Amino acid sequence: MKAKAGSKHQQGQSGPSEGKAVPPRPAKAVSKKRDDHVSTEAGEGVEERVTAKALVKPPDQLKLTKDELKEEFTRILKANNPYAPQNIVRYSFKKRAYKPINYVDQMAIHFSMNGNMILKDSDEGRRQSIKLSTTAEKAPVETSAVTSEEAEIKDEDSTGDTQAAGEEEGEGSGTAEVAEAVEAVEAVEAEEPAPPRVKEQKLANRFNFIESASRTVNRPMQESACQTDPTPRKDFSATPTQWEIYDAYVEELQKIAMSKMKAKPKAQIAETEDKNKGRKLTPLESQSDDLPTFSDTAKVLERMVDQSGFDDIAQDFKYFEDASDEYRDQQGTLLPLWKFQADKTKRLAVTDISWNPKHKDLFAAGYGSYDFTKQGQGMLLVYTMKNPSFPEYIFSSESGIMCLDFHNDYPYLVAVGFYDGNVAIYNLNKATSQRSHKSSPKSGKHTEPVWQVKWQKDDIENNVNFFSISSDGRIVSWTLVKSGLVHTDIIKLSVEGTTTEGPEGLQLQNPGCGTSFDFHKEIDYLFLVGTEEGKIYKCSKFYSRQFLDVFEAHHMPVDSIRWNPYHMKVFISCSSDWTVKIWDHTIKTPMFIYNLNSAVGDVAWSPYSSTVFAAVTTDGKAHVFDLNINKYEALCTQLVVGKKKYKPTCIQFNPVYPVVIIGDERGHVTSLKLSPNLRKMPKERRGQEVKKGPEVEIAKLDKLLNLMREPESKAGK
Amino acid sequence: MADTGEGKKEEADYKTFHTFPLIRHTDMPEEMRVEAVELCVTACEKYTTNNESAAKMIKEMMDKKFGSSWHVVIGEGFGFEITHEVKNLLYMFFGGSLAVCVWKCS
Repeated sequence: MKAKAGSKHQQGQSGPSEGKAVPPRPAKAVSKKRDDHVSTEAGEGVEERVTAKALVKPPDQLKLTKDELKEEFTRILKANNPYAPQNIVRYSFKKRAYKPINYVDQMAIHFSMNGNMILKDSDEGRRQSIKLSTTAEKAPVETSAVTSEEAEIKDEDSTGDTQAAGEEEGEGSGTAEVAEAVEAVEAVEAEEPAPPRVKEQKLANRFNFIESASRTVNRPMQESACQTDPTPRKDFSATPTQWEIYDAYVEELQKIAMSKMKAKPKAQIAETEDKNKGRKLTPLESQSDDLPTFSDTAKVLERMVDQSGFDDIAQDFKYFEDASDEYRDQQGTLLPLWKFQADKTKRLAVTDISWNPKHKDLFAAGYGSYDFTKQGQGMLLVYTMKNPSFPEYIFSSESGIMCLDFHNDYPYLVAVGFYDGNVAIYNLNKATSQRSHKSSPKSGKHTEPVWQVKWQKDDIENNVNFFSISSDGRIVSWTLVKSGLVHTDIIKLSVEGTTTEGPEGLQLQNPGCGTSFDFHKEIDYLFLVGTEEGKIYKCSKFYSRQFLDVFEAHHMPVDSIRWNPYHMKVFISCSSDWTVKIWDHTIKTPMFIYNLNSAVGDVAWSPYSSTVFAAVTTDGKAHVFDLNINKYEALCTQLVVGKKKYKPTCIQFNPVYPVVIIGDERGHVTSLKLSPNLRKMPKERRGQEVKKGPEVEIAKLDKLLNLMREPESKAGK
Repeated sequence: MADTGEGKKEEADYKTFHTFPLIRHTDMPEEMRVEAVELCVTACEKYTTNNESAAKMIKEMMDKKFGSSWHVVIGEGFGFEITHEVKNLLYMFFGGSLAVCVWKCS
């Protein structure tokens, strides 16, 4: 075949792509003798093959004359690209003008195809060869396959080349060709990105990367708002000026001064109360503000503790009946029960005791002093049998209390007479320890000690009122009106038959000294008065000067007078002349006289029988009489106070229970239980109904009196 | 004679006795009141000549102790009308001629 070098026609191709074996033929004049050559190039190849045959003229062949055919045309073959522009100008900003470009690129690319051959010695090649060698045997096979697959740049014009190329392709030509191809490929490669590798590890590169993103679930948002209530507001206004400030200070100082004055007396009383409370037996010793709320509980507790402490006594009180009475042949005994005493009253004598009409276990004891020289404070203590260790109410006063009386209808009112002649009313309902009403020198108090007070029925205006009797000879009625106590002189006692010469020839009556009185239960206006001279006057409220009657009763002051609770005519009187006398008020002489060998302090009828009475004497004994059983002797004579020194001063029967209380000079109150013998009821006769009630009692006494009267009348007294 | 004598005595009294803190109106709770009065007394005694500094001291201390927005007025003659938060008002006299009004309102 024809060698490539001998090829006449050479297209102007890029020099280097051609290779060295085919140097480009620069402008070589090729004169062609043959006209056929001048004709189309396409027809050239055709003509060479067809030279052996007859000339075939295409229909559109140029018809030329011979001369024209002989004409020689010069053709210069250049390596220039005929299609490349010859005069390119570019605008130069530097020169601000268009300037021609000297060198114009003459390369014309006829065909390009990207291959994937790489130079063995290049980085990539070495890398790959290393990897290939380490991996499977396929690697060497693949590389050859790769190379065979690689495309080569073909020359357009050189069929010989193509043929040669084809030869090379098919037979795996020499490395030179491969190198050429590789070079060509490499040049092209430089322009293009590297081809992808097949089985290598995927190298992360800047250009190819996988995006991977994730997004958490967004919880939906919700608006929530709130606003607190605005703080409460208030308006305030004032005008502080100098005078206002001054006034305020002055006022404040005055207030302080007032409160200081009030605080002093209060403090004293509060102290005494505190001390008393402190002596309680209860475990509750707190004196804080809880006391009012606790007081009920504390009370109950205290009573329980006391009762359990004095349990045996309580049992005795309730249940004990002295069985030995049966053997005692009508004699009785007094069983000592509780002893009531308080520290405060140690030096005071019990001057009077009285049972509360409503609460049968409550009694009041008045404390004072009989001694003229030893006058001090007085106390009024209200005890209950349920709590022997501490009084329920405590009242103190400046002067000794001489007598007291509970009101029948208002059991919380206590009338009290003092040594200094005053009277007062205490109200137990009120919380204070002060008396609620008091007489004063202005309001007509007595000038001598008040020996007895007694409540009366309410007057017309429903005001409570009471009588008092005193050594100054006046019997005064006190009425409690809204403003206080109002007094009315009822009677002025006078010693009969004695008058003294006063100034200017006035006849002054010596005032008699009343020491006791008692009002008749039925006949309202009738009352008895006992005096220091020993006389007993029968008086009426309506006559203020005259007495109804006079009894020459005793030789010494009459200490106590009492009407019989059942019999309307009988009363009893006792005196320091050692005698107790029982009278019928219609008869001038006493029915019964008892000599008790000692000054009698007090006498009392029993509430359950008209014939039983008890008396206490200064030798410490108590005497109980029952006229029904023994007219002449006491059923019981018993030492009731601790030491002989302690003279009992008063005695009272409990209206309900078979108990008597005796007060003595040392401030003790002793309670004693009457044994059965002393409480005998009239015996039941077989087959006869026993009448109970006051009539029986009256009848009993009547019988006795009749008995007494006749022999006396016979005796011609 | 008696009048002037009394007048002099009152003056002396005034000087010696009228200096204690006298609370005219307050609705503070006990604890707060005690502290506030003490504070006012301290401040007024410290700044006898300067009411503003005293008021400033009181206001700042009250703000710190009891929360923000206290107002304090100290003076010898003025009139006022204020809105205060309930239980946060103290109106008192001190030193015989000073009036102090402390209230909270935010």
